[in-house]
Amino acid sequence: MATAQGYQWHVTMADLKGKVDPDWCPGCGDFGVLAAVEKALVELQIPNHNVVTISGIGCSSNFPGFINTYGMHTLHGRALAVATGVKLGNHDLTVIVTGGDGDGFGIGGNHFIHTMRRNIDLLYIVMDNQIYGLTTGQTSPTSRIGMKTKSMPFGNIEAPVNPLSLALAAGATFVARGFSGEQKHLTDLIKRGIQHQGFSFLDVFSPCVTYNHDNTYQWFRPRVKKLEDDASYDPENWVGAMEKSLLWGDEIPIGRFFERTDLPALHAAEPVLDSGALVHSEGRLPPDVAHSFVRELM
Amino acid sequence: MQRTFAVGIGGAAGQGVATPGDIFAKVFSRRGLHLNAYNAYQSIIRGGHTFLTIRTGPEKVTNMGDRIDLLIPLNQDAINRHLALLAKGAACLYNAETIKPGAAAEGVQLCPLPVSKLADIRRNKVAQNTLAVGAALSMAGIGFQALEEVLTEQFKKKGDAVVGENLGIARAGYEYATVNFKPFPWSLPMTQNRYAVLSGNIAMAMGGAAAGVKFYCAYPMSPSTGVLHWMAAHARKAGIMVRQVEDEIGVINMAIGASHAGVRSMCATSGGGFALMSEGLGLSAMMETPVVVIDCQRAGPSTGVPTKTEQGDLWQMLGAAFGDYPRVIGCPLDIGDSFKIIAEIFNIADRFQCPGIVLSDLLLSEGRLSVDVKDLEWEPAIDRGELITTPETNSNGSYKRYKITESGISPRAIPGVAGYTHTAASDEHDEDGVLISDEFTNPTKRRAMMEKRMRKVAGIAAAVPPPELEGPRSADVTLIGWGSTSGVIQEACEILTEQGIPANQLQIRWLVPLHGDAIVRILNDARYTIIVENNYSGQFARYLRSETSFAADGHIRKYDGEPFMPHHIVEAVKEQLSGKSKLSVPEHEVLV
Repeated sequence: MATAQGYQWHVTMADLKGKVDPDWCPGCGDFGVLAAVEKALVELQIPNHNVVTISGIGCSSNFPGFINTYGMHTLHGRALAVATGVKLGNHDLTVIVTGGDGDGFGIGGNHFIHTMRRNIDLLYIVMDNQIYGLTTGQTSPTSRIGMKTKSMPFGNIEAPVNPLSLALAAGATFVARGFSGEQKHLTDLIKRGIQHQGFSFLDVFSPCVTYNHDNTYQWFRPRVKKLEDDASYDPENWVGAMEKSLLWGDEIPIGRFFERTDLPALHAAEPVLDSGALVHSEGRLPPDVAHSFVRELM
Repeated sequence: MQRTFAVGIGGAAGQGVATPGDIFAKVFSRRGLHLNAYNAYQSIIRGGHTFLTIRTGPEKVTNMGDRIDLLIPLNQDAINRHLALLAKGAACLYNAETIKPGAAAEGVQLCPLPVSKLADIRRNKVAQNTLAVGAALSMAGIGFQALEEVLTEQFKKKGDAVVGENLGIARAGYEYATVNFKPFPWSLPMTQNRYAVLSGNIAMAMGGAAAGVKFYCAYPMSPSTGVLHWMAAHARKAGIMVRQVEDEIGVINMAIGASHAGVRSMCATSGGGFALMSEGLGLSAMMETPVVVIDCQRAGPSTGVPTKTEQGDLWQMLGAAFGDYPRVIGCPLDIGDSFKIIAEIFNIADRFQCPGIVLSDLLLSEGRLSVDVKDLEWEPAIDRGELITTPETNSNGSYKRYKITESGISPRAIPGVAGYTHTAASDEHDEDGVLISDEFTNPTKRRAMMEKRMRKVAGIAAAVPPPELEGPRSADVTLIGWGSTSGVIQEACEILTEQGIPANQLQIRWLVPLHGDAIVRILNDARYTIIVENNYSGQFARYLRSETSFAADGHIRKYDGEPFMPHHIVEAVKEQLSGKSKLSVPEHEVLV
């Protein structure tokens, strides 16, 4: 039972149901991600008015419209920049950013890198289907070499980005990978990502059943291996996480690759926010402060 | 016409032009004198040629003026460029050991300083600058005590020895000039007034702080970087979160995010950065989340001339982002106004939930002006508009973020308020924020939402006053300008009137909404109209014509990177009134 502003809240799945049903293709991996986010919020009992889901543009970026929290459906690739502003404006909010691989690693690549090094406290879920869906099937930054798409009909000749290695190199303090077909595991990763104080990156295999005929549920199921099943795996070991992030093929690890908790989140590192969220701060400057600014110029 | 005194200091970047400039500015402003300073410089850290003009007088000094009374060249290049431009009555103070003066006009006093005899130049590399400052103040009839006070402050962090050394050098220069050089016939007066000396960038940053800005972010770009520097230095005292962002795309989106959370947010850039912000401006308009963007124009296109001024971004502002949407664009008329306009534009952006653009330029943003402290209103009216920040009027789930209203304004709930969850969307949406763009496009709803947003245009127009004619009602010529040219046009009008050509001025402060009908009513009564602007194509002339069908009789344009000087306008007006031309492009005689 969480409390906010004196009210008692009990968050249920019904509370989180959006105004409209998702219009994703039947069988789309994104349904599983939506369900897992809803379960995580219920299990953590975070009132929906204290949650902001923010997306860019693409199939998966329609996410905020399908869940009843505060939402923002922003520009293609810009969700992380907008979310950074929201979190700095009111760091009491739980901010979840959702989007696809094109939105995050393509057009939004620059923001992706810099948001991670800032260690701003938000959870970034990429529904990675290795294809552009809403634009009807073009190569994405995570499409494998050789994949044939409408934009590369003779096969992709560019190497895909490795989102996990990139996140580790850029300084993300929580790096994980889930699979839409592993609901309980995914829900747990989302909960941990929300609870982590700092930037949490969660790449989720979320198969596109319409345009990606290579990386299907059937292709992933026998390959994914949970890191949590290996008792010797240490998610505090950055080098070990980097090595695991490079595995691809017959065995593809999923789970919590890396987490460090010794660095402050951005809002905690800035003394301006010591007295509370910006949105609650007094608009007027004290006269003596204003006066001191003018005196410097005389 | 008021009497003024102008000092010009020229040298290579890194030779220390700024320090004597700061010292003069402090001495003048503490004497109760107004001043206006403009620095012509280049995008270089060491070398090149920098020329700082500081013009002072007992009344407000609106521009850098036409003449230099005292030239202080710090190297041979500077004297070569400027000496021949000095007129009778002017003087030139220079290092006799390193600089050979060329030919000067009759009546120009050449004042060679035997620098190594007056100071130990092995110890003090900028001794010539300090000697010149001392000599200059002696010639201007200012007592040494004023300089002593400023120099002591300037060097006190470096210890008593450094203060003493610099005072000694300054005094040597002062005394040498008293004995050897002819003083200026007009001693600078002293008044009881006390002014702050601000750049436009500082004015806009402080204006933001006064307006309640709590979030500022930017990517460094000349000539707007001064806003970031002031914000960063004063953030903790002012309680402002300041972030330097990876690019301007991130800047505007971050500012919109903070604004969405309920915080007044501002950012500043120049033309190139603004181009990257364009899509974000549309996001602000579509989500109806206010944001204020400052554009300090510099000479374009592309990287252009980063350190030179221009009024070349108007059409970029008018056309920024695709689609139709309400926006407000204001251009401050001087540096004091740069402070004031920020709170005004925030109130409009907040009330009408739309982007607000402040269009400044290098001349204002990096220029400096004395401003009466009383004109810096630290408690301006703050109107946050229809903002829902508490759950008291709980809407029981019936809240519609984009409710269709007569004014076009829909009450805006900020995240965190129970009972008002909604999605703010960049796609077209219904009243409740549900997207109507992908699956269920609907022409009726689309039309209703377009009309709702665009109804705000009428409200914005009512919130902004129309421009007014300055000067005599009846005049031979009416000069029309916008933004930073206000001061120089005003002085040109005074000169013309004195010379028997009565002139008045229509200066535009609000570009959008323009109040075209009011402008045309004024201009229809004018005998001869000339639009003065700092660009090639007459961006404002074309805008005015497109909005009102009004075509001016003549045009004065300048696009060489330097601002107008009064005589440029005066001579062009005479040329046009004699029927010689309808388009004048004054030559900038000073090579800087």
